Amino acid sequence: MSSITKKAIMATLFLSFIIYTSFVYTTGTANDAGENMITEQSKNGKLLFQKYNCVACHQLYGLGGYMGPDITNVISGKGKGPGYAKAFLKSGTQRMPDFHLSDNEIEELVAYLTYVDKTGVSPVKRFKINYNGTVAQN
Amino acid sequence: MSAFPFFKSRPLHVSMVIAWIFLSAIGGIYYYLPRYCKLPLFSNKLPRLHFWIFLVTGIAILCCYIAGKFGGRKYWEYPPILAVPIVISWLLFGFNYFKTVAKKAGEWPVYLWMWGTGILFFLFTFCESYLWLFPYFRNNIVRDITVQWKAYGALVGSWNMLVYGTAIFLMERIKGDESVARSKLSFAMYFLGLTNLLFGWAHHIYIVPAHSFIRYFAYFISMTELIILAKIIGNWKSSLTEAQKDFHLLPYKFIVASDFWIFANLTLALAISVPAINIFTHGTHITVAHAMGSMIGINTMILLASCIFLIEDIAKHEYTIGEKKAITGGFWILNFSLVIFFIALLFAGAEKGLLIIEDKLSFQEIMQHISPFLTLFTIAGFGIFTGALLVVTPSVKRISKYLRQ
Repeated sequence: MSSITKKAIMATLFLSFIIYTSFVYTTGTANDAGENMITEQSKNGKLLFQKYNCVACHQLYGLGGYMGPDITNVISGKGKGPGYAKAFLKSGTQRMPDFHLSDNEIEELVAYLTYVDKTGVSPVKRFKINYNGTVAQN
Repeated sequence: MSAFPFFKSRPLHVSMVIAWIFLSAIGGIYYYLPRYCKLPLFSNKLPRLHFWIFLVTGIAILCCYIAGKFGGRKYWEYPPILAVPIVISWLLFGFNYFKTVAKKAGEWPVYLWMWGTGILFFLFTFCESYLWLFPYFRNNIVRDITVQWKAYGALVGSWNMLVYGTAIFLMERIKGDESVARSKLSFAMYFLGLTNLLFGWAHHIYIVPAHSFIRYFAYFISMTELIILAKIIGNWKSSLTEAQKDFHLLPYKFIVASDFWIFANLTLALAISVPAINIFTHGTHITVAHAMGSMIGINTMILLASCIFLIEDIAKHEYTIGEKKAITGGFWILNFSLVIFFIALLFAGAEKGLLIIEDKLSFQEIMQHISPFLTLFTIAGFGIFTGALLVVTPSVKRISKYLRQ
């Protein structure tokens, strides 16, 4: 493979990467229910979610730890809801530590989980598998 | 356990694994460039500065985790300010590397391209993973998660470039055959790997409601890895003959093992990149199997080969028969345990995925169902630790003796 060919392939890949990255940063991720829906309280909740490293055990959209459940839809889940989430956050459980959160912090975390809940579904339990291996959510 | 709960120990574990990958890969590159590639480093002072920045930042990160000071995210859970010295250290490394290799006359072997690509893309993806600091990214969860996993997918690809480059370098040295790193095929594989690094990350986020093009494009790009899989299978017979011939060489043993694990992990990666399979495996222990199989089976095997090669070279004589026996015993224990570890995770993940979709049991009940697999996984983990200990102890003793002299 000549040096010119290598440089041409590299330049093509690099240019494609820049274009694709721009797409991902803008149009590719614009179709959420998000920016207009997120409140000041839930913005603070997101930072608390990181501060207490909740993702070490829990998942959002299937991404995170494996010790606890996926909490993407903990607010709208059957038999769950804001009260259920608050109870766990207030005092922990046998497996989940008590982080001694203030009432304000609990409210902000629940606001964040409420925001996350409205953006989509995880884990996906109702779906249709297409002939080409792709999946359509029901 | 309550003094050091899981939310502290997990990031500590991940950071130490990443530190092992980077320190050994980067150390190898600094060692090999002047001694084997006939490329004296542009600066001999910058690597020392690089080392001390890494060490001090690493200690600061450990202290933050022990104290429960977080604020970042997966992989980089420490307070974001500590990312600054990490970026500085990589800028120093990149500056020194490119100033050094710029002196190389003629065509570069593929590993020099791979190391350079690894450095550049680590810097880019590391900075990209901090875009959440800007409200534009963090206040939209779809954008936030998508960009996070775009960065992490490519970031793993960037350290793979450093490690796989090291593997090709070692193969060239062990075999004494320069064509290994200069053939058309090796460059074709490099560009295919780079394409996957740049565009093949979205299997992590199939269920995130981003634009469907991102999913379809990643699915298509991931399937190009079938070419790599076909090449591995095609080369199987000749590779086996060569492997038998040189298997007595310690570094070569580990390279052969990494070949096996590349095959196993690539097959798994291809499977979980198919959305119809991913929907069952996403968020389960199958993802862990893939991560651990790659980290231990591929990266660690290659880096152990590099360390053994390098330490023999520094100490100026081969390992003793006793040391060779310990390393070979450790090699087999490590790999056998890893097979059990990998399979236990696959079974745990498959059962968890099916039970989640069946939607009849609570999370705790599902975890109870898969606990026998997790017990096996834990036992195999101890096996991996024992094997690794047997492998590294002779090298650590040898390098300590060298440093004392």
